[in-house]
Amino acid sequence: MDKVLEVAKLSKVYGQGCPSCYELTGPQHNTNLCFRCGSIVAAHDVSFDLYKGEILGIMGESGSGKSTAVKCLYFDEPPTAGQATFFDDDKRYDLFALNAAQQRRLANHRFGMVYQNPHLGLNFDISAGGNIAERLLMSDMDNYARIRHQATRLLSRTEVLPERMDELPKTFSGGMQQRVQIAKALSTNPPLLFLDEVSTGLDLSVQAAILDLILEIQQEMGTAMIVVTHDLGVIRLLTGRTLVMKYGRVIESGLTDQILEDPQHAYTQRLVASAL
Amino acid sequence: MSEAPVLRVENFSKQFTLHEQGKRIPSSHNVSLSVYSGQLTALIGPTGAGKTTVLKGIYRTYLPGSGRILYRTQAGHEIDLAQADEHRMLALRRMEIGYVTQFLHALPRQATEDVVAQPLLHKGISKTDAQYQAREMLAAMNLPQRLWGISPSTFSGGEKQRVNLARGLVSRPRLLLLDEPTASLDQYTMERVIRLIEKLKTEGVAMLAIFHQKELVDRVANNVVTLEPPPAEEYALEETA
Repeated sequence: MDKVLEVAKLSKVYGQGCPSCYELTGPQHNTNLCFRCGSIVAAHDVSFDLYKGEILGIMGESGSGKSTAVKCLYFDEPPTAGQATFFDDDKRYDLFALNAAQQRRLANHRFGMVYQNPHLGLNFDISAGGNIAERLLMSDMDNYARIRHQATRLLSRTEVLPERMDELPKTFSGGMQQRVQIAKALSTNPPLLFLDEVSTGLDLSVQAAILDLILEIQQEMGTAMIVVTHDLGVIRLLTGRTLVMKYGRVIESGLTDQILEDPQHAYTQRLVASAL
Repeated sequence: MSEAPVLRVENFSKQFTLHEQGKRIPSSHNVSLSVYSGQLTALIGPTGAGKTTVLKGIYRTYLPGSGRILYRTQAGHEIDLAQADEHRMLALRRMEIGYVTQFLHALPRQATEDVVAQPLLHKGISKTDAQYQAREMLAAMNLPQRLWGISPSTFSGGEKQRVNLARGLVSRPRLLLLDEPTASLDQYTMERVIRLIEKLKTEGVAMLAIFHQKELVDRVANNVVTLEPPPAEEYALEETA
């Protein structure tokens, strides 16, 4: 099996930081706020790998640093420390050593991102089809008919009526907006997809449909995915392996069924025990 | 026994640490057993002796506590499943090791034949072939055809059990772990399952099964391993941390 991504000792500190930041924060201190300098240690020492076609879950409550880790990998935020290597066929990229143009190029061509908030992933001033076209244009597709055809195909695949492709995303329901986001993210056929709380806040039935869609796409296209969620049900349904984060640290990782049935850390045991 | 076992468990023990209650719960205690190609090893013993824990330890749904779980792969390598890395474990589950759990967990919106076909899809078999084999297996399990297209969540215990077995057997694993596979089956279906187990033996599948009925053990087991509940002094251990 081929490795897609390798992350080593990723850290992200908001604030000026001081030499004591890492020592004074984390699950054993029950905080990610460094009391000496007032910085927030959002993530520290996060390491993992991801293989082709695999879905990895990052689980934790709000403020655990799970989204921060993914935002750094998608270049939304620069990391404070650490390394990430992306393997693309026989090429390898040291993600945080690339310049801004190279990073943008990877994000547009080879990565996909679906945010919890569709306003972050979609441009609300242009149509659903336009959103997909925009991403295709950035990845060097410039034939109008081909773009239009590709956008229609993707929207049908994510079960958005192609007749509505010229409407603005704001006229869509929340579930539909997520489908457009997924279609947009998939438009360049990326080998790596980040999903940040994609089904949070949606009706249960809509949630199930979105998750089923993600699973189908993963099986069809073999896309490697990182799924960030606080929802144990999403973890159980989608992922094969899981990292559990708390106060910016990975406190436990393992096969998903093992994390759910035989959690080792006190915090994970409490999380699993509070499932509905 | 001339042939080397497919699976050799040596002194496997497992305790659960419950942080919230500050307790340690002993489960399997010092279990050793072997499973051979084309044979069935039966795991028997009273409730609480840690039989299911042994199966889940081998499948790594539980993290093994101590001991070794030596598995000989298709390629002929011996690896300790207690130590194997996660990707290795996932690959083995996909290609070589099957597990029929006591209860079927299926999505309430997934058709029975899709539930059964799933392990084949994960193995890389095409959708058409997987569906064909799944239907064949459901027929072998004597599950009425009118049920194949609907979710097993509304099925009776015996029907669910048959779906669960079909799902476990369909991918023809090299090592098959079975947790009370016939517990809620009628006599007729049980006979079919026994015939299927015999057929799997002739195909060289190695099986480790938890059984409660003595009659069944006498009929299908080549080896029998009896587990005892953990010794009383283990219960006295309280967590110190």
